[in-house]
Amino acid sequence: MNVTLFVPCFVDALFPRVGISMVQILERLGHRVECPEEIACCGQPGFNSGCWQESRDVAVKVLDRLKDAEHVVVASGSCGAMLKVFYPELFGKTDRASAAQSLSKRVWEFSDFLVSKLGVTDLGARFPAKVTFHDGCHGLRELGIKRPPRALLEKVRDLQLIEMKDAETCCGFGGMFATKFPMISTAMGEVKCASALDTQADYIVSNDSSCLMHVQGLLTRQGKPIKTIHLAEILSQT
Amino acid sequence: MTEREKILGRIREALTLSAPMPGKHHSPAAHSSVNGHAVASASDWLPLVGEAFESQITTFRTCSTELKTDFQLFDSHEHLTSKLQEISRAESWQQIASHGGNLALPAAESLGLPILRTDSPYDVVALEKCDVGITECDALVAQTGSVLVTSRSAGGRALSVLPPHHVVIARREQLLADLPSAFALLQKKYASNYPSFISFITGPSRTGDIERILVLGAHGPKKLTVLCF
Amino acid sequence: MSAASQFKEEAHEITRDLRHRQLIQTALGKYEIKRDEKKAAFQDWQAARQAAAETKWDAINHLDTYLQEFATKLEARGTKVHWASTAPQARDIILNIIREKKARTIVKSKAMTAEEIHLNDALEKSGFEVVESDLGEFIVQLRHEPPYHIVFPAMHLTRGDISELFARELGSAPTDSPEELTMIARRALRNKYVTADVGITGANFAIAETGMISITENEGNARLTAALPKTMISLLGIEKVLPKMEDLALFLPMLATAGAGQTITGYNSLYGGPRQPGESDGPDEFHVVLLDNRRTELLADAEQRDALHCIRCGACLNVCPIFRNVGGHTYGTTYSGPIGSVITPHLRGLQDWKHLSSASSLCGACTEACPVKIDLHHHLLHNRRNSATEKPNRLEKLGLKLFAFVVNHPAFYSLAKKMGRLMQPLHALVKGTRIDPAYGWTQSRDLPTMPRQSFKDWWRTRP
Ligand code: SF4
Repeated sequence: MNVTLFVPCFVDALFPRVGISMVQILERLGHRVECPEEIACCGQPGFNSGCWQESRDVAVKVLDRLKDAEHVVVASGSCGAMLKVFYPELFGKTDRASAAQSLSKRVWEFSDFLVSKLGVTDLGARFPAKVTFHDGCHGLRELGIKRPPRALLEKVRDLQLIEMKDAETCCGFGGMFATKFPMISTAMGEVKCASALDTQADYIVSNDSSCLMHVQGLLTRQGKPIKTIHLAEILSQT
Repeated sequence: MTEREKILGRIREALTLSAPMPGKHHSPAAHSSVNGHAVASASDWLPLVGEAFESQITTFRTCSTELKTDFQLFDSHEHLTSKLQEISRAESWQQIASHGGNLALPAAESLGLPILRTDSPYDVVALEKCDVGITECDALVAQTGSVLVTSRSAGGRALSVLPPHHVVIARREQLLADLPSAFALLQKKYASNYPSFISFITGPSRTGDIERILVLGAHGPKKLTVLCF
Repeated sequence: MSAASQFKEEAHEITRDLRHRQLIQTALGKYEIKRDEKKAAFQDWQAARQAAAETKWDAINHLDTYLQEFATKLEARGTKVHWASTAPQARDIILNIIREKKARTIVKSKAMTAEEIHLNDALEKSGFEVVESDLGEFIVQLRHEPPYHIVFPAMHLTRGDISELFARELGSAPTDSPEELTMIARRALRNKYVTADVGITGANFAIAETGMISITENEGNARLTAALPKTMISLLGIEKVLPKMEDLALFLPMLATAGAGQTITGYNSLYGGPRQPGESDGPDEFHVVLLDNRRTELLADAEQRDALHCIRCGACLNVCPIFRNVGGHTYGTTYSGPIGSVITPHLRGLQDWKHLSSASSLCGACTEACPVKIDLHHHLLHNRRNSATEKPNRLEKLGLKLFAFVVNHPAFYSLAKKMGRLMQPLHALVKGTRIDPAYGWTQSRDLPTMPRQSFKDWWRTRP
């Protein structure tokens, strides 16, 4: 299968291991992976700030570049939701409306692609640790992904998954919200970290690096024992 | 132009633009036609209630327990009446209030206490002093453990809410499965001329306003007793 | 101070108040357990939501027809129906009725619409005594505070706070029993019902088919308010309409389940007029006041019209992590939480209230919880878009344009990453201080360190 992996800017610059893991996993499964270099951002910052024209200026490049891609896998649930759910709205009244609709049907979040499209759950990974899973909101509610990451984790050797209380509650990142309303964002993060710490897990796992960036930032600052890791990084461990 | 015409005018103006269908905001799929009577099949979505009387009474009893309604089933009106007398003695009722129904009044009269009747205009202060309000009802609803009353079936608006104890006398035929059947009954019984007051009473008066802790008897009855035969 | 600065300032304080955080988390934790249990009892909660959404869609998109039907049916049985375009009009209508009745005492049951038009203030300024009869409302009234939550008005207070308040205001003996506190309020209010001249209520639904209002409550205070005083006034927004009485078979349990984790609320009462011939009690006069107060403006926004489907259950507040951390009062609005953030800009001005739409992580918990499927968190995006279009923030726009330029040009994008890497050691010097350009982030969180090699560097150089 030809897979186009879209690695959004913050994953590219800050969490390259996440993208590398995804490439390795997909290739190990025998798929041809391409990573378009000309596109960097899905346009979410502008979209969420209400500046839809500026958002379109960025998104249009993504839309055009991925026009012929067979399967698009996005390395972040949040950016995945942008492409799949919000592009149709963003381009709703433009001449790219149907292109956005068409792309929407071809877009997948990584864990969902593995489980729902490829039907794979066991990647032969081994990760001896106790982990708890945090559902990123965009993946969970815009894309409806709840089961796939858990199905994948359950098959990882020596890994123990402990559900935290309120796993579905937002961690407080929310893009620009985190810096526009840092006090609220931080309080939400603290509530999240407390639930995670209660599980006594070694790692908080998520399918969204943006949530993890926020949570890890808080944990480091507050000197808390638990660490964060992206699902793909666990799955690529053998 | 009256305010009524102005508001209706603004509404009509606003409605010239049509709104997206509910729950389909982002979905390109066409929506099946909206029908205003979607609720006709509400029974299929609401909590399940069995068809047999026995299972419905069990559901009503389970709800009652959870709601802290005292629900009792008797095999005759006499047994019911003697239970009522027992409660009356246990709570040392002095003043009771009721209304002129075939079920409620004889039961109330059997207590041998002065009865304040609320069928015709009555003294509110006197009603407030009564220990109990004994009423009939239109139906019992198994699904929710509710007692359906109206101003016509239950002696007005206040009898079932002002005294500290509300006793309902019901016949077992009055038990209905669910809320849709209760509304169907209301329509069948009253559509030509509805009573000005209809209420689904579900448990004694309650509040959770202090630390979300349940307290009974906030303003209405502290006790609700349903005696059914 | 602008509403936005006030919001930020209060949010800053309250988010660090761990006592508040704990109190709200505990209270709503209890709610969640009951709600999940009651939701699970539904045979099909999602189908019920869809049906409720469609029924409300029908009601709101034929609002003129249903409102007229509602009013005509009520009038036919002796109710006086009043129409108020604005809050002052609604206040005047109510004041005039009260003056005409030469009323002295007024007993009121919970009504958010009355909060919206600041009715108590107006009545008190005109010399009338108004008593809130709902326990939570009674408590916040004694504290001279607005309700903290549209369904649980006194949720931010502990029994200790309430005991102190009652001791001070009512002279009762201190107690830490919620039961005893409730009884103190019961005793204080009993006499008021019997002596009040006028009863004021809100309404949860307005049934067009039969011309009735439906009131949902647990305590029985609204029933007493509607039974004893000689004059009854009900104030409701024009959006409260439901087409048919049988619609309640769905709406009553959904309201109770979503809002309070109950199968159905304690009392659900329908009122179709004043005392009718042959009836023994009830008011001699029944007035229904229909309030627009810019609801028609929201109606005119087809994209967000579904916000008028709201049945004020409070579910979206209960699940909202923003609400749970900043609390109800911080919003500074009558309607707080997600629904408040969506509609307040329509009811009170976009530019003054747009900050509420920005104060969201867009997590969507509200939309998922809403029993009538209002697209709440997407409407926050719509408000952001509308306000940015109407009055662009030049600096933000410029920033985004620059950002767009960089991400759209791979060479510049690579350069930016390099610069970022180079700046890191410099940034460490100011990190977390007020001169840190990333202070918004670094005041409470660390930033990740940028690795030497980005993903794209790796991709380009791999064998
Ligand atoms: S918006 Fe929905 S969830 Fe929020 S109060 Fe209204 S009906 Fe309830």
